[in-house]
This record gives sequence, C-alpha cells and structure tokens, in this order.
Amino acid sequence: MNGANNMSDVNNMTDVSDLNGTANSMNGEQEHIFYARDLNIYYGDHHAVADVNLDIYSKEITAFIGPSGCGKTSVLRCYNRMNDLIPIAKVEGTLEYKGLNLYGSQIDPVEVRRRIGMVFQKPNPFPKSIYENVAYGPKVCGMSRNRSELDDIVERSLKRAALWDEVKGRLKSSAFGLSGGQQQRLCIARAIAVDPDVLLMDEPCSSLDPIATTRIEELMDGLKNDYTIIIVTHNMQQAARISDKTAFFTTEENAETGMRTGMLIEFDIAEKIFSNPNDERTENYVTGRFG
Amino acid sequence: MAIFGRLLDRRTKDHIQKSVTQALGTKRSGRSGILDTLLRYIIIALLFISLIILAVLIIDIAIDGFDVLSSRLGSFLSGTLRSRSVDEGIGIQQGLVGSFWIAVFVAVFAFPIGIAAAIYLEEYAPKNRLTKFIELNIRNLAGVPSVVYGLLGLFIFVKGFDVFLLRNFKSLVGGSSLAAAGLTLSILVLPIVIITAQEALKTIPSIIKEGAYGVGATKWQVIRGQVLPYAAPGILTGTLLSMSRAIGEAAPLILLGAVTGRLGLKAGLFDFYQLQERFTAMPIIITNWTQKQGRDIGFGENAAAAIVVLLFFVLLINATAILLRNYFEKKRA
Repeated sequence: MNGANNMSDVNNMTDVSDLNGTANSMNGEQEHIFYARDLNIYYGDHHAVADVNLDIYSKEITAFIGPSGCGKTSVLRCYNRMNDLIPIAKVEGTLEYKGLNLYGSQIDPVEVRRRIGMVFQKPNPFPKSIYENVAYGPKVCGMSRNRSELDDIVERSLKRAALWDEVKGRLKSSAFGLSGGQQQRLCIARAIAVDPDVLLMDEPCSSLDPIATTRIEELMDGLKNDYTIIIVTHNMQQAARISDKTAFFTTEENAETGMRTGMLIEFDIAEKIFSNPNDERTENYVTGRFG
Repeated sequence: MAIFGRLLDRRTKDHIQKSVTQALGTKRSGRSGILDTLLRYIIIALLFISLIILAVLIIDIAIDGFDVLSSRLGSFLSGTLRSRSVDEGIGIQQGLVGSFWIAVFVAVFAFPIGIAAAIYLEEYAPKNRLTKFIELNIRNLAGVPSVVYGLLGLFIFVKGFDVFLLRNFKSLVGGSSLAAAGLTLSILVLPIVIITAQEALKTIPSIIKEGAYGVGATKWQVIRGQVLPYAAPGILTGTLLSMSRAIGEAAPLILLGAVTGRLGLKAGLFDFYQLQERFTAMPIIITNWTQKQGRDIGFGENAAAAIVVLLFFVLLINATAILLRNYFEKKRA
C-alpha cells in the first residue's frame, strides 16, 4: 500500500488539509479528487449524517463500511448529487470535486452525473436491449456523431466491463434475459460508457452470488487504473480485499431527540482499518463484535 | 456403531415423514381449507352472474336488431334520421359521423392535455398541499355525473358566458354544434385520462429512473426516454377506454341540444363545415328511437340495430387498447 503514512484519523486530516488548503494535499504524491468538510445531510427534520470530513483520492478504491442506517449510502449519493432526486433531502457543508464546490449555485447536477457515474445496489438495466442500455448514456450526452461511433463506444464499454464475449452475439436482445451478475456488469458498462472520472458503487454485489461477486471485484481491480471508485459495502471481507482506503461509519442516538444520526468514525488505509484501527468502535465492528 | 447410525437414520426419516404428512393433512381437512374452497366457488359464481347478464343483454339486442342488420345493413349505415320507422332510407349515418368526430375531439384535446397534466403532476409538481388538493379535485371531477358536464358545456359553448375569454367560445364553436359536443365530452373524460395516465406513470420502478439520471440524463430525457415508454401501455389503455366512454355518453349531448328528430344536414365523414352545425350522435339516436317505439313499433328494432353498431365500435376501440397494450408490454420485456 502506498501512501500508508499519509493517513491518520479524521481529526488529523482536517488539520493537514487546513495547512495545505489546495487540491494537491499530503505529500504531493496523491491528489484528492473529493474534499468534504462538515458535510451534513438532512431528510426533512431527520439529521441523517453529521459532520463528515473526508478526502477521496484519485485512482483508488475507497470503501464505505458500517452498520445499516449509518449514512454511508447517503454520503455516497452526495458525490453525484443523486440526493437531489429526494425532495426532502438537504445537504450542508462543503463538498468539492477537483476544487469545485459540487453544491455551488452554478453547478448543473446533470453535468456532475456525467462525470461521476453510479452503479446501484440492485442491477437496474433499462427495459431495452443490451445495446440500447449501454448506448443510452452516450446518446443523452450527445457523445457520438454517428452510428459507428456509438457501436464503438458500446463495444469498448462492454469489453471494459468484461461482458462483451458473453453478449456480443445478442446485443439486440433484452437486457432482462441476462443473469443478475451479467446485468450488474451491464450496469457498469452503462456507467463507464459516458467516460466518467469516478464510479460510485452502492453495494453492487449485495444481490449477487459469490461467483458473480468475485467477477465484479476482479473487474473493479482493473477499473481503478482509470477511475476513482467509491464503493459502499456491507461485506467487510470485500472491503478488505478490494479497497485501498476504508471509511468506517456508524450511527449514534442523539440523547435529546432520540433520533439516530450517522457519522464518520475513522478513515484510513484499508490495512490499518482492518488490522489495527485507532477507534474502539471500528475495532468492534470489523472484528464482528457489533453491527 | 453402524446399527446405531441406521437406527438414528430411520428415526429421523420417520420424524420428517410424519411432520410432512401432518402438515399436508391439516391443510386439506382444516377449517381454513373448506373456507378456501368455498370462497373460490363463490367468486366463480359471481363472475358467472356478471357474464350471464352481459350475454343476455347482447343476445337480446342482437336478436332484436338482426332483421334490420341482415336485410339492409348498407342502407342502415348510410341512411339518415326519419320521422317514421317505415320511411325509406332511415339510418344512422349522421349519428356515426357525429360520434366519430366526438372521438376525434377526445383524441385531439383530452389525450394530450390529460397526459401532459399527468406528467406535470407526477414528475414536476412539488409534493405539497396544493398539489394534493388539485389531485383530490381531479378525482372528484371523475365522479361528477355526466349531465353536469352537459350543463357546463351548455353555459360555455351554447349559451355563452359574457365573461372575458369565455364569450369567444360560443362564436368559435357555433353554439349548439358538433364542436361543442366534442369539447364538452373532452372535458368530461379529461379527469379520467389524467388519473389513468398518472397511475401508469407511477408504475416505473424508481431504480430505472435513477439509472437514467446516473448516466447524466436530464429530467426531460428521463421522462421521454424511460418514463413514457414504460407507462405507454397503461396510458394507451386508459385513454382509449375513456374514448369509448365519451362516445357512449348521451346525457350531456341532450343538454347541448343534440338533434333528435329530423336533421337536415347529411355531411360526409371529413366535411369540416359540419363541426359548427347542429349534430346528433349514436347514443342520442338510440335514446330517441327507444323512446319512440311505443308509438311506432319499428323504431325498437332500429334502436337495437344501432346499439349493435355502437357496441361494435366500442368493442373495437377496447380491443385496440388491449392489443396495443400487449404489443408495448412485449416490447418492454
């Protein structure tokens, strides 16, 4: 693991970035692509996530782990402004992408989602053909000038998602005819077809069998050369296997209101989180004593 | 050791077998089992009752109208309204043309406005009290008796309100005219179109919408490329069923001044000038001839024949709705 000495716990991180204050932080080897400070998420009156300070680094896999309801998915959905689709959701604090305030008034969420792709918990192919599923993004983004360009993008994306060989003979048939694992790889192909910078993955393997899960994990390992990947997972082995950095979230009850609010406990390189975490709560969780 | 193992084996097997047979046995002989069977037969019986009522109606009318339809179908379809049933050339051409134009008006006005309203309410309107209030009122409007819509049409199109924009409607449609009838019935089915389209738009799983947003689609691209194709079968069925409702309505047309006696005008299907002229329609002819059969027995048979023709067209529209729905659903999967 490179960058082992970059990271420390959350509180220190704030100090470091305050000192640097630029996109090129730490020791200059790595640059952070996302920069979150005091990120708070509310759903109506419910304070869902409190004060997240977190830097995501380029061309790495960052895993979010934690018990249910700890807000890891909510945080993930901030990165491509997917929370905008929930009318009662409100995001406060600073969230920067390459130094740009993602929630700034001049930012177009549609443009954000073209750069920051997403793969969802349940495979969600469109009720269209395999080809149309992959071609949809490039079409709505106006990426291709003609049919053969589109064909190229579809082929390249499917190859990238390790699905081409299985579907090249039946591109025109329905995506619903694929198995769950194939559907999820199709969704990955669909996400990378618009050539994003970042891939957000919200428990992408939670509905897949172990073999399909392994395939997706192998795929992610290859994809991280070109994409920054953030993955939410319930599977601690998976986080330990594939992530470079791991963020542990948990939920705590507010003594006054009785409402549960998620928070980031610890963020570090994966090895450290899983072998020798700083926080006792992290240790309890990764050793299976709680959650 | 081996004996003990076998003994255990058999005992376990026996135990499993016993519990399985017990479970199966209770399901068949238990009280809930009897209730289940009973309920099934009651439901089947109820289904048959409604089917029998429908069959009796159709057969009775088909028998009454058979003579007219078999002996002079051509002249019946091309003939006009007459004062006596024995008159040469009595027929329903004017009613068919009138009902055709009513259907066209519904397709041109009620469908686009209704679907657009449904898209707005489902996708764009803020989820607040005002929206809820509007939706509730649309549901109430769908339940308002059709004769009330006739009154509305009478005041707006025929009598003419002397208020701001409304006063223009009267001169535009030409008073008691086919256009007034088409617009009134479009208003009548508009709430139904909105509600069914809204229900259809709701059926798209949110994960498909999120998937489209996730690759950078704009709101309209998601609606155009994902939501509408997904909802198309439901929207089509709902709108076409509302069309058959519109062409079956008689009460509002009576208030609008549909001609029941002799209508001088005999225009072709696509003669646009008739839109501003006096009109009649299939349900009006049926109502009128049925009323007249007391004095002139021949009108009863003509009315029955007209009902068969109207039913034919209504069933044609409904069948189209079902076929289109199946086609789009197949395409979706």
